[in-house]
Amino acid sequence: MENEWVPLIARWIHFLAGITWIGLLYYFNFVQAAAVATANADQGGPGAAGITKYVVPRALLWFRWAALATWIAGAALLGPRFMPAFTLQGSDAVIGIGAWLGTIMLLFVWGVIWPNQKKVLGLKPATDAEKATARRVAFLTSRVNTALSIPMLLFMGASAHGVALFG
Amino acid sequence: MKNPLDSILGTIITGLVLTLVLVAVAKALI
Repeated sequence: MENEWVPLIARWIHFLAGITWIGLLYYFNFVQAAAVATANADQGGPGAAGITKYVVPRALLWFRWAALATWIAGAALLGPRFMPAFTLQGSDAVIGIGAWLGTIMLLFVWGVIWPNQKKVLGLKPATDAEKATARRVAFLTSRVNTALSIPMLLFMGASAHGVALFG
Repeated sequence: MKNPLDSILGTIITGLVLTLVLVAVAKALI
């Protein structure tokens, strides 16, 4: 009985946290980046300072912790399939590729995007030149994660519903 | 050459190409 609850609860948390994470990733990439560029180019407009000051820190807070929660719930969900998945054994290679993509994305969030955003937001001392570099690195890494999310979500779904592709 | 990741369309196309590559890899593995 207890063992039947664990996968259900883990999957529920995995979906909730995953939607929060990837939803914010798509917000950053499909909405905010263009909005900030437009606001900065809008002479006489209100500018992007409000977004940078009030929206970005909150969005990044939910983004990075949701990323971690998604991974932990995913690892719990894999349970005994964790090692076969990550070593791409047999049919577990399908979820394994999804898990690797999600893991790489998590490492990019905590190892690249967040440290660079701390410089951009002024939470970590940086010169203007360092901030400009950090902004570009964070932007491109965020774009890489958006690209990676496309196969990642296919492989996540295909692990249980991939008959059409993988038999 | 322009970085495809600078545009949303380029990012999505990059993701789709990567998907095709990884599906081929997965089919070879299983």
